[in-house]
Amino acid sequence: MDQFVNFMVIMLGAATPLIFAAVGELVTEKSGVLNLGVEGMMLMGAVAAFATTLTTGSPVLGLIAAMAAGVMMSMIFGLLTLTLLANQVATGLALTIFGIGLSSFVGQDFVGKPVQAVAAVDLGPLTAIPVIGPIVFGQNPLVYLALAVVAGVAWFLYRTRAGLILRAVGESHHAAHAIGYPVIAIRYGAVAFGGAMAGLGGAYLSLAYTPMWVENMTAGRGWIALALVVFATWRPWRVVAGAWLFGGVTILQLHAQGAGIAVPSQLMNMLPYLATIVVLVVISRDATRIRMNAPASIGKVFHPER
Amino acid sequence: MSEKTWTITRRTVLGLAAGALALGAAVTAPFGGAALAADPFKVGFVYVGPIGDHGWSYQHDQGRLAVEKQFGDKVKTTYVENVAEGADAERVINQLAQSGHDLIFTTSFGFMNPTAKVAKRYPNVKFEHATGYTRADNLATYAARFYEGRYPVGVIAGRMTKSNVIGYIAPFPIPEVVRGINAFTKGLHSVNPEADVKIIYVNAWYDPGKEREAAETLVAQGADVLVQHTDSAAAMQLAEEKGLTAFGQASDMRQFGPNAQATAIVDNWNDYYVARVQAAMDGTWKSEDTWGGLNTDMVHMADYGPKVPEEVKAEANAIIEKIKSGEFQIFAGPMKDNQGAVRVEEGKVASDKDLLSMDWYIEGIDAQLPKK
Repeated sequence: MDQFVNFMVIMLGAATPLIFAAVGELVTEKSGVLNLGVEGMMLMGAVAAFATTLTTGSPVLGLIAAMAAGVMMSMIFGLLTLTLLANQVATGLALTIFGIGLSSFVGQDFVGKPVQAVAAVDLGPLTAIPVIGPIVFGQNPLVYLALAVVAGVAWFLYRTRAGLILRAVGESHHAAHAIGYPVIAIRYGAVAFGGAMAGLGGAYLSLAYTPMWVENMTAGRGWIALALVVFATWRPWRVVAGAWLFGGVTILQLHAQGAGIAVPSQLMNMLPYLATIVVLVVISRDATRIRMNAPASIGKVFHPER
Repeated sequence: MSEKTWTITRRTVLGLAAGALALGAAVTAPFGGAALAADPFKVGFVYVGPIGDHGWSYQHDQGRLAVEKQFGDKVKTTYVENVAEGADAERVINQLAQSGHDLIFTTSFGFMNPTAKVAKRYPNVKFEHATGYTRADNLATYAARFYEGRYPVGVIAGRMTKSNVIGYIAPFPIPEVVRGINAFTKGLHSVNPEADVKIIYVNAWYDPGKEREAAETLVAQGADVLVQHTDSAAAMQLAEEKGLTAFGQASDMRQFGPNAQATAIVDNWNDYYVARVQAAMDGTWKSEDTWGGLNTDMVHMADYGPKVPEEVKAEANAIIEKIKSGEFQIFAGPMKDNQGAVRVEEGKVASDKDLLSMDWYIEGIDAQLPKK
């Protein structure tokens, strides 16, 4: 039972940065924009959160700075792709490369410095309940925040008028435009939300999970988040399920290794991507399922006159 | 991939200024070498990672700073960080040689062939390549016996553990890492044969998140001492959080684990770099193969942490002295692997060649080595 509790606690922690980044990207993609710059935005969020917390001593300011840094990065992307109509794939890739470089440049002076971490919550008697206590009531506040964000996004997208409009823009920007919705403005908003969430995902790493700053510390989690959105077929709660699954598989193989079983860890590194490819193949066989969830206008440039 | 390209571009911009200066120097002293007394001796360094990694490349850069400190105005150092192993490396090394550097250190295994190629082109420039085996008249090699540091770490771990479970976070199953695990386990079992080593490969030299997950898993499996061959301080932080013991890797990680760090195996290139620059300036530089260990302080043990008892310190110090003097050989026979086959016969010591290709766990490790 102890092993199970440990497994769950580690897995929930490992999945959190993926949930933040993926749910942000999900909203962006639902509005019809594909932003491949998640990794770069996460890194900028991580360094901004770390630097701010170290200099001001306030993790809350750090989290705000992380979101601001993510939004700033996403606005560069927005300006290029939404206003200047650049290719989204190329711009997104460039944003990742830019984010990696800029975050290492900005973070030079912060390498190797310790920071006061965001501590896990302790609800006393509740956390002391066996099994359920440490899993449900003993997590880092950001773990709960990530789930709250998912709940909020699920509600927004499928239960509010604004969410319906956002999805409409993602399905057919010309139709939405014809009805009179401000397609570009809505997409800017969705892109900004994606940036803010990616920033939070990075901040979780540099403030809570491994409280330090080192270059490129996200180590590919932005790409896994992107894969996760597809894996989840653009549904918010499936993002959570996918993140737990990916996290769970990783932790399981670590446990297996610790128990003396030789596992090819290279294979385990491929697993999230393999799983995504499998899902893509499966959903591609049933065209209606994709049509239901995948935004039809994703990645397409929108120009009102055309 | 592309990340490297970007960083190089960033560095190249900065490097251009240095390059322009270097060009000026090259005009006055067209064939490099010790030309005019007034010219500073130019030393170049090529790093595979960012100096901000607080690990491998950081420690090499500390060596560069030591050279600057020692020789002041008499030397001028240049460094290029984040150089990808491959075609990029050759271009960077070539540029350094071309711009009048007298001595160039290339500090990653993957720079071996590019360095050898450029060395052929510039016979008057001296080259030093870390961890490789290709040498020439103007190309020396150097490496450190980090495994020597792991034996005393094993001794300390064996004395510090209460649960008799040691967690070992490893990057890849390559000889350098396996050698470290074996040396560690030998040290561990020399004082505590009951202790069990649990090994997790995270398949990265450097991924703080993964290292943390591996460390948490090991702790969940009962480990109260953490050892790592990966570069980040994630495991050290976890040990500090949970009140466990851990050992720093590559550089002193005390700031991440003021109580947890028992000691750290520090890569110390300072003395070597200073000595080699001195030799090159004096004209006594020769192409050699240097494998430094505890005896030359190339493998340096950080100060003991507050939790290490005096008698354990004394025991570790005694074994360190014996390794330094050569009185004690870590890989002396008889040695069996964990399948029971004899690997080093009684009365013999594993040769450097054996060490460089070590692909088996020693007796007492209850795990299989993941094979390719």
